[in-house]
Amino acid sequence: MLVIGGGLAGERCAIEAAEGGRKVLIVSLVPPRRSHSCAAQGGMQAALGQSAKGYGDSPDIHFADTVRGADWGCDQDVVRRFVDLAPRAVRELAAWGVPWARVVPGLRVLPTGETVEERPEYAGLVAARDFGGTAKWRACHAADGTGHSLLYATDGRVQRLGIEVLDRTEALALIHDGRACRGAVLRCLRTGAVSAVLARATVIATGGYGRLYGASTNAMINDGLGTSLALATGVVQLGNMEAVQFHPTTLVPSSILITEACRGDGGYLLDRDLHRFMPDHVPGRAELAPRDVVARVMTRLLRAGRGAESPDGPHLWLDIRHLGSRHIASRLPEVADICRAFAGLDPAEELIPVRPAQHYSMGGVRTDADGRVPGLHGLWAAGEAACWDLHGFNRLGGNSLAETLVMGRIVGHSIAAGLEAPGSAPDVSLAAGAVRDQEERIRRLASGADGSEYVHELRRSMQEIMLEHAGIFRTGDGLRQALDALEVLRGRAGRLGLRGGGRGAGPEAAAALALPGQLRLATTIVAGALAREESRGSHFREDFPRRDDARWLVRTLATWPAGARAPRLSYEPVRITELPPGERGTGEGPAGGTRG
Amino acid sequence: MADHLPAPNRALTIRVFRHDPADPASVPRIQAYPLAEESGMTLFTALHRIRDEQDPSLAFDFSCRSAMCGSCGMLVNGRPRLACRTMTRDLPAVIQLMPMPVFRLVRDLSVDTGVWFQAMNGRIEGWLCEAHPFDPAAPEDRMDQATVDAVYQADRCIECGLCVAGCATVAMRPDFLGPAGLNRIARFILDPRDVRGAADFSVLSSSEGVFGCLGLLGCHDYCPKDLPLRERFAYLRRSLAWNLLGLSGRGKGR
Repeated sequence: MLVIGGGLAGERCAIEAAEGGRKVLIVSLVPPRRSHSCAAQGGMQAALGQSAKGYGDSPDIHFADTVRGADWGCDQDVVRRFVDLAPRAVRELAAWGVPWARVVPGLRVLPTGETVEERPEYAGLVAARDFGGTAKWRACHAADGTGHSLLYATDGRVQRLGIEVLDRTEALALIHDGRACRGAVLRCLRTGAVSAVLARATVIATGGYGRLYGASTNAMINDGLGTSLALATGVVQLGNMEAVQFHPTTLVPSSILITEACRGDGGYLLDRDLHRFMPDHVPGRAELAPRDVVARVMTRLLRAGRGAESPDGPHLWLDIRHLGSRHIASRLPEVADICRAFAGLDPAEELIPVRPAQHYSMGGVRTDADGRVPGLHGLWAAGEAACWDLHGFNRLGGNSLAETLVMGRIVGHSIAAGLEAPGSAPDVSLAAGAVRDQEERIRRLASGADGSEYVHELRRSMQEIMLEHAGIFRTGDGLRQALDALEVLRGRAGRLGLRGGGRGAGPEAAAALALPGQLRLATTIVAGALAREESRGSHFREDFPRRDDARWLVRTLATWPAGARAPRLSYEPVRITELPPGERGTGEGPAGGTRG
Repeated sequence: MADHLPAPNRALTIRVFRHDPADPASVPRIQAYPLAEESGMTLFTALHRIRDEQDPSLAFDFSCRSAMCGSCGMLVNGRPRLACRTMTRDLPAVIQLMPMPVFRLVRDLSVDTGVWFQAMNGRIEGWLCEAHPFDPAAPEDRMDQATVDAVYQADRCIECGLCVAGCATVAMRPDFLGPAGLNRIARFILDPRDVRGAADFSVLSSSEGVFGCLGLLGCHDYCPKDLPLRERFAYLRRSLAWNLLGLSGRGKGR
């Protein structure tokens, strides 16, 4: 079994399969502990109901929050399975060593002035904090380094089981015959050597595609690599690629994430006049409305000139001063560290300059509820790279960490339990051909046989196009312009040549090998967004500002047939089992944002 | 408010170590790149600008660019730093960048920290050894918040390797566990869910362990997370000593 991607989803999947007796190989661009899971900060949603403002919580309430957050675009069978398993995942990771924050019994005064009681019978059990879009306080956390602690505990488990890991390795193509996936072509980023790994099961767990955008909280490695390989097969479907989340609070100008826990713990958003504006737009939840809603309100204010000016452009302020230096030091130490290092400020004394930036990819490789990829036998996907469709059109904060562990375990278990013997011996000639194809690509890039277009220039153009036209606000005209511009870039990307020479494993070669696939992903996002003439969750069309359940309560599916000039879009109904479409309760109404 | 200084316009010279050990023709050398400084420029921005605009063959490692993933350790004017969180305005106009010592050189500024840390973790069995198997039907074991805070503080190490690169002992004896290794052991001893005490880590009391430390404490100065490494080593020594005197069970107490 081959797992592409060494983040939380890939590693959790590998552990389950290895414990089920499978021989597992993980390949990762970076050492697994440097995967982007490490940067998740604030928390993990699981309905434990053990702390103040969380009493009476249940998977049912978590279910309703997730479906409303998703603006009904998710698969409700998947949501049900997920919310039922999330508490188990928290407890399992407690047993693996995650230092979850615990209940300290007694009275506590919140920044709002409200007094809450932590009950003595829950003393020492896992506690939770508030996050956006939830009816209960449900985000379990290890200070504000939750992803780091989860990843280190999980990777420790991987090492203990002796699972083989190849780091500094990228996948260049899936080996398949149009019916079954047999493994992948790999390239070593130390030496540049290309090789093939044959596997009975291949799992795509490569995370999101945030770096298609010019301003993103994502790491440099979140390039959509695995998603791109799936699209390149011509037969695998990607789901809801136009569903892209923008996080409200990222640091100016670096777009480094400032966790939602800042607002969950009581922080405010302020405009240039230091006016707290969210209660004007979403009375009640205010700063803790779903992320898409907060990001839209902020962007409207910035457009209306209510941002504070700075050399890096207008921004708004995040104010956590009133939480106090003790709280910040113990519960938000990573935020304090980021503010000090990257903005030269102390958040206990000063305001934090923030504005929205790309954050999360709800779309991805379409799978069934076990993570199986229809269309290619032996191919699976897990975590942010997958679209089993937990998040629909907007992910709740804290549901992504929970998803990696819950889905990773489900996929690993399914593979371990159901891996049937292959119908035929591994097809060595198929693999050899796939390796030759990739070596030929590298040779042509290095020799400049196709042209001398420069990868950095094309990549930057793509990132600018996506930010301008496929961002928080979208219009038909803008998206059509983007489609045209991306088509031009795809043409130019066929004429890439390396400037720095192609010897060994130079970074330019990796970028050039990835770019054509990234342009196809970007095109798929834009095409999906243009076709979807409604506004739902994070997908907001200024020319179609209302949610339209009659026409669009469907999931977008995209394939890119071999030789085609554009993706082929089709649609499937969204499964509604428990909660029929209704108001999100965000103050925006089903129109998705006419206020403000 | 945010520290928006007026845009500086210094002309920087970034001097970078270049070498590809896989290429027999490669000779280690320093290459100088001119660069116009910008407001808020970090070495992350600077190196990407050089790679994108001057030299696409330049190899270095970055991922999260927010001091969380630990990829971008290098010697900045001789001192180990995380490049992503190093501002050019805090440095002179001539900046020399070298790969970190100790770790195997991949190419230019890129070194194999991941391989080193994986080997170290394998050596100390750097994973939680639980007292009883996980029972999905049972509530989690209770912990008090003060213990959780202590474990979290030790768990925060991002394995960037700056402490290892700044360690005089590692430079002299490659089998020394290094500050990050010692900190990782302390993390498990502090954790009541782990059955191991100080005495269970046989390497700890050897000269490859905490008594091999010369006490120069470069690690303490260079840790980008400000982990209290000096106190951590003292804790480990005390745990071993008490254990030797039979004063605190398996050395798990304070």
